[in-house]
Amino acid sequence: MASNEDKPMEDKAWQGVVKDWSEDKETFNMPWGKLMMWFFLLSDTFIFSIFLTSYMNVRMSTTNDWPNVSEIFSLVIAGHHIPLILIAIMTFILITSSGTMAMAVNFAYRGDRKKTVILMVITALLGASFVGMQAFEWTKLIVEEGIRPWGNPLGASQFGASFFMITGFHGLHVTGGVIFISVIAKRVHQGVYEKRGYSIVEITGLYWHFVDLVWVFIFALFYLW
Amino acid sequence: MTQTTHTAIADQVDDSHHPQSFISKYIWSQDHKVIAIQYSITAIGVGLVALVLSGMMRLQLGFPDQFSFIDPSSYLQFVTMHGMIMVIYLLTALLLGGFGNYLIPLMIGARDMVFPYLNMLSYWTYLLAVIVLLASFFVSGGPTGAGWTLYPPQAILNGTPGADNGIVFMLISLAIFIVAFTMGGLNYVTTILQARAKGMTLMRMPLTVWGIFVATILGLLAFPALLVSAIMMLFDKLVGTSFFMPAILSLGENIDYKGGSPILFQHLFWFFGHPEVYIVALPAFGMVSDVIATHARKNIFGYRMMVWAIIAIGGLSFVVWAHHMYVSGMNPYFGFFFATTTLIIAVPTAIKVYNWLLTLWQGNIHLTIPMLFAIGFIFTFTHGGLTGLMLGNVVVDLPLSDTYFVVAHFHMVMGVSPVMVLFAAIYHWFPKVSGKFLHTGLGKVHFWGTFLGTYAIYLPMHYLGFLGVPRRYYAMGTTDFIPESAQALNASITISAIIVGVIQLVFVFNVIWSVFKGKKAGDNPWNSTTLEWQTSQTPPVHGNWGPSLPVVHRWAYDFSVPGVKDDFIPQNVHPDQVIMLEKEDGAEMVKGAENEEGMQNNKSGDIT
Repeated sequence: MASNEDKPMEDKAWQGVVKDWSEDKETFNMPWGKLMMWFFLLSDTFIFSIFLTSYMNVRMSTTNDWPNVSEIFSLVIAGHHIPLILIAIMTFILITSSGTMAMAVNFAYRGDRKKTVILMVITALLGASFVGMQAFEWTKLIVEEGIRPWGNPLGASQFGASFFMITGFHGLHVTGGVIFISVIAKRVHQGVYEKRGYSIVEITGLYWHFVDLVWVFIFALFYLW
Repeated sequence: MTQTTHTAIADQVDDSHHPQSFISKYIWSQDHKVIAIQYSITAIGVGLVALVLSGMMRLQLGFPDQFSFIDPSSYLQFVTMHGMIMVIYLLTALLLGGFGNYLIPLMIGARDMVFPYLNMLSYWTYLLAVIVLLASFFVSGGPTGAGWTLYPPQAILNGTPGADNGIVFMLISLAIFIVAFTMGGLNYVTTILQARAKGMTLMRMPLTVWGIFVATILGLLAFPALLVSAIMMLFDKLVGTSFFMPAILSLGENIDYKGGSPILFQHLFWFFGHPEVYIVALPAFGMVSDVIATHARKNIFGYRMMVWAIIAIGGLSFVVWAHHMYVSGMNPYFGFFFATTTLIIAVPTAIKVYNWLLTLWQGNIHLTIPMLFAIGFIFTFTHGGLTGLMLGNVVVDLPLSDTYFVVAHFHMVMGVSPVMVLFAAIYHWFPKVSGKFLHTGLGKVHFWGTFLGTYAIYLPMHYLGFLGVPRRYYAMGTTDFIPESAQALNASITISAIIVGVIQLVFVFNVIWSVFKGKKAGDNPWNSTTLEWQTSQTPPVHGNWGPSLPVVHRWAYDFSVPGVKDDFIPQNVHPDQVIMLEKEDGAEMVKGAENEEGMQNNKSGDIT
């Protein structure tokens, strides 16, 4: 080891990979903030995974029947019972906002501040409308169906507890993301990043895509199961 | 390698703002060294509280019914707070927040953590967590007495001390601590990966940095489980949900809970709790490796193997958690799986122990205080590890579970052992932090008192466990199966524990005395190779390195290289600058010797 430079390490291919990866200075060719965001998201992934695992566990352990989700999450529109319509719209909105965010990142790296700001504002508005619809959904469940975290007239009380906890935690993430995006959009507009580079827009985008991705899992495990 | 959007730290000029006023320098400081000292003082302070609590428990156990101020409720509260404080607020905070903060930037040749402001927030959030925790001593009902594992349903039901307020404070404090740890941990990981000095490849990093690095990743992945379970238990307690609460009949009445899963909490808690053992152990492994290599004047044996062992232990630590739950009533096939993975962990761990021994083998061992503690660690860790192998087997664990054997095991392996390393590390790095040596005579009293004292405490506990003495009992009373002589053993343990506790005051006095009156240490008092000893000022100033960052030319363990004059070569010495011995007949010179110009530039003249 003392004469590290002299030792040829190309004996095996994977050793070459290890050597490349462990070269000096920066392990990953990216700004500090971006790598830090990746690690934060990794940690946050564990938080959401554990939330969802716990939800599945109490769904198994509870002694009461699980309510019929396609009935609970349905709206009456023009006299028709349409299951999952609200959640379909919400999911569509959130995924659209991921698209606008990706475009914002693209324009940011091209140096088009105006389009970046517009697209980020659209993303934030879509996110805010998602949270608004979530508030509507919660209101309907609480006021009309009478579902509470500690009780549920339609069956297992764990339904309300898990639902409000997990969608609430995700809603806080979306709300935080909307604030985050708005602040960054304002600073992009002010030209703060002209010298420092626009990687912050991409970092914001990473967070936003993560929040969307988590929603897909919540959607699948809560509304479709 | 460089990209237009950012500059690598090694290429940046030192444009840091050096704070001037006392407050920005020492209170709201963003300097990793000051934050490290803040973390350390807070952690040691709260650790002393936990030490006093353990003394109270021992008084009750050794001399039952002699002390009116310890009743059964407060005994349980002392047990709980002692455990939680020691594991999380002392060991995790001191090893990662204290030593991690101090050593990472200095050892990898960076000016600071990558996000100093976030680092500062991390400390103040940690302090808030400690304050909330200590506040629970003063709420009505006192702190929680649920045991440090906080198992529901008993943790939040009437009958458990602190079930009204104490548990709420505990859970909130834990959640705040996790936020603090996450802010610090993201910083450590990013700093180690992205801000190393030129030439500092990952495989040249000192093992201390490797240990802290892997432990931090474990923390980032394991603490979420504790956070989520804390949130859910708070909901169970405050809102009335039933995540962890099954239907319960209490005093003939049905409680308003139904259908929850208490075992879910145990899984979540130990999914955090077992990696937590290694969050504490891995930095200790790393630091003890560096201490042993330096004071034995030998390169660490099997450096690569040591690194891979750290990584393997870190990975395996996520698949062994249910060995804490053999008696929980889970599926027996689980026990088979988890016993297997648990025993597999012994392999990389044994590799590390052998490598420490082989580093000592034929080394030029200096029995300095850090070295004494490091060697003491090898003893305590081996003993604690071997009982771990016994408890890892389901059939051995079942009768020993919840006895003093388990208490003795985990105190040996994750109480005493990391603390021995912490003392080794404090005696080793104190000259860099303060510029003064700690007093050697007092250090010897401290070491022998602590080392022999812990054996006097924990060896007899193994026998208590074999006798079947259960843990967490306030008083044994009379039983058929435990002989009365067990009480004599308990009294002797208590006396030893109090002596060990008092000896820690010698250490506290030593630190305070040495800061003012200690013998002056130079920049590199132990003749060590790693970068933190190569700073031009001691203690290092803000920005660490002056105008230019160090450049690394070798691994961290060039001790006693044949043919070289000194018995160490610092990592930042260029191969041309290495001072060789006088050439003897036929002696082959190592690289650099033929470069005449480089040799003449050396300060000392005794070269060929």
